[in-house]
Amino acid sequence: MPVRPLSPHATVYRLGYTMVLSFLHRSSGVALAAGLLLLACWLMAAASGPAAYARVTAFLGHGLFQVVLGGWLVAFVFHFGAGIRHLCWDAGYGFERPQARRSARVLVVAVVLVAALLVYLFFCPAGVRS
Amino acid sequence: MKGGTALGRALGRGSARNGVHHWWVQRVSAVALVPLSLWFLLSLLALPGFDYASVTTFIGAPWHAVLLCLFIGTVTWHSQLGVQVVIEDYVHGHGTKVASLLLVQFAHGLVAAAGLFAVLKIAFTAS
Repeated sequence: MPVRPLSPHATVYRLGYTMVLSFLHRSSGVALAAGLLLLACWLMAAASGPAAYARVTAFLGHGLFQVVLGGWLVAFVFHFGAGIRHLCWDAGYGFERPQARRSARVLVVAVVLVAALLVYLFFCPAGVRS
Repeated sequence: MKGGTALGRALGRGSARNGVHHWWVQRVSAVALVPLSLWFLLSLLALPGFDYASVTTFIGAPWHAVLLCLFIGTVTWHSQLGVQVVIEDYVHGHGTKVASLLLVQFAHGLVAAAGLFAVLKIAFTAS
């Protein structure tokens, strides 16, 4: 392979929060990709019958796994919000530096609020919705 | 790589003719996933419970099955394209890069096939 610059150089820039968000967008995407394996397992369990489904949900109902599921929920909310921000950029809007910084702040606040609400709705009311 | 200018090295090799295809499909799938993933999440929230009966009844309803198939197809496609770019950027050894790209591609194929099969089986056998 020719020696040529490989993108992106994550270590040579001063850390800024827009850069942290970009990094988080990728990591949350990779985490969600791993979560797809779980989605497939869940659907296959449901297709295999009540016994298989009960085994898988018993596994997912375990406390540690509930934390992982909560993490995926937060990752989804973040990736969704940041993805819309990226689509706006692709359409040519909001790419100036002050605009990008403002949308970064809006994104973080929105993600925290929506993720907190969803985690509450999914995990708190009954505690048995697992 | 030696000799000539950057232009000289590039000329005559022709265009791959798919320069923006990967980028474009990633965006199209992202746009499609905005309503699809939102629908999936809200549907999960609206389920009466995550017990076997509630879940299979939900999946088996015709429009739910169709939307789930669209969601599974689009999300695995989008995910495959995204993880591929991350590997191309950060896995540097040629052998490991090719191996991990293959692994990721096969894993996404497996997820898509299993997910679609499961939804269709539930939909076609639901009473």
